[in-house]
Amino acid sequence: MSGLEDLYREIILDHYKNPRNQGELPTPPAIVEQGHNPLCGDEVFVYIEMDGDTLVDIKIGGQGCSISRSSASMMSTAVKGKNSEEIHDLIHRFKAMMSVEEERPGHEGEADLKEFGELAALQGVVKFPVRIKCATLAWNTLNQAIDKASQQG
Amino acid sequence: MDGLSTTELGQMDRVGDRTVAEIRKDFPIYRRAEDSPFVFLDSGASSQKPSAVLDAMDAYYSTTHANVHRGVYAIAERATELYENARVTLGRFIGAPKPSREIVFTKNATEAINLAAYSLARNRLTSKSVVVLTEMEHHANLVPWMILKEQIGFEIRYIPFDQDGFLELSQLDRLLEGSSIVAATMASNVFGTLTPIKELAKAAHANGAIFLADGAQYVPHYKVDVKELGIDLLAMTGHKMLGPTGIGALWGREELLKEMPPFMGGGDMIEDVRLDGFTPNEVPYKFEAGTPPIAEAIGLAEAVRYLEAIGMDQIRLHEESLLDYALKSIDENFGGSVTVYGPTDATKKGGVISLTMQGVHPHDLSQILDQSGVCVRAGHHCAKPVMKRLGVGATARASFYIYNDKSDVDALVEALAKAQAFFA
Repeated sequence: MSGLEDLYREIILDHYKNPRNQGELPTPPAIVEQGHNPLCGDEVFVYIEMDGDTLVDIKIGGQGCSISRSSASMMSTAVKGKNSEEIHDLIHRFKAMMSVEEERPGHEGEADLKEFGELAALQGVVKFPVRIKCATLAWNTLNQAIDKASQQG
Repeated sequence: MDGLSTTELGQMDRVGDRTVAEIRKDFPIYRRAEDSPFVFLDSGASSQKPSAVLDAMDAYYSTTHANVHRGVYAIAERATELYENARVTLGRFIGAPKPSREIVFTKNATEAINLAAYSLARNRLTSKSVVVLTEMEHHANLVPWMILKEQIGFEIRYIPFDQDGFLELSQLDRLLEGSSIVAATMASNVFGTLTPIKELAKAAHANGAIFLADGAQYVPHYKVDVKELGIDLLAMTGHKMLGPTGIGALWGREELLKEMPPFMGGGDMIEDVRLDGFTPNEVPYKFEAGTPPIAEAIGLAEAVRYLEAIGMDQIRLHEESLLDYALKSIDENFGGSVTVYGPTDATKKGGVISLTMQGVHPHDLSQILDQSGVCVRAGHHCAKPVMKRLGVGATARASFYIYNDKSDVDALVEALAKAQAFFA
């Protein structure tokens, strides 16, 4: 089973079985965006509620595999209370860790795991390229939701 | 294992006269994988290739390669002969009355369906037309029609299916009324269930409609006689029936192909080109624009000979015995924690098992199965409307072919148990 423990870390399975911030928020005032993984048919709904520029509440809906659900769950706990710039920064760094985006010039080492807390557990996904899309699904959807909020705001 | 007779068990490890162990020796991929477990249960997505197919293609490239239908020198004539013989071999395999004129080589079944759809649309579809499909089509037999619908504005109706994956025919007359084209899969790629093609073709004809069958999942596993089925067009693909990728075919009744306008334009498909227009070539050449996949056609013909030597009826019996054993074994070992979609009677479906495991997403399931060397497909199987109907985002699908035996089913069941334990 070499490699499998790298993918399915304890913390990932915990977030899969006990997902945080699962559910819906009334829209409006909340904003919802939907994301699809065309590969496996998974879908995620990201509900966010902004107070000015700060994300005050987030809920995750939809269905998916352990990687996509745990990534969404961890993301929801990581972004609550952050402003849009901090969230964009985190999204970028997460995607850099997933090797789908380059580290920005002058920000070398931004994909460094130490900064990520629980999210670092998803590092093992990089070794399973097909699953990277699962891990980044909720993040791309959150990105869309934040953009939508800033347009409306 | 109780309740299975020895003959049934025997068939799991034999296909007709040959043992699966012998057959595997013909497939180089089983050689490469000798030191690690290799349980290939994804032939529904694409089959493995025997040496005979690879050797035929290699020999062609090494000794005979030249473009077809052009040169007058020896190897060019030989290449043309091999390519045209491949057409006849495939045509005879499906009972085509005029094999040399009724087989159009394409890239795959998807291209065959697109060819049929675009060509038929030009003469037969207006904004008032009706095209009838089924709710369990692969995206390949949905999206081409949807694209044309956007352009032309005709109506698409769908024949529904029941909970077991069988077409629901009670409203067939009403659905087919006024239709110009009816297109249906011969076997569901999700359930493995077979569709009543003869009945559908007859009903289509009674309404004056053309009937197109998608044989991608059927032709590799069953004996086909297009005349007996009474269909007008048949889409096929080579890579699911031991042939290479990049080759498929559309069979069509000669008279129908003659009246259908060309799909793609280019070299080889014309008889004459002037600056003010062109005259298309004879069938089937008028549908084969550009240099065709020559080596792939030769490889596919070799695959057909390989299948014929084993016997399509024997292949079906072998798959049925594996399916029967697998369905029973999964039920005995997992009961309600594994849901198998489609009928549990092996005689009513092809060698395909779509399943979900409680608490384990199909994506995770196939990842863990892979650790035991078990290759299954996880996803929506290019049939998202079917998934929606089943109320699942995805399933894991195991599919059987001539190189599978009882040990593969046992490995699958063992790996499923591991996955269940892992996520418990």
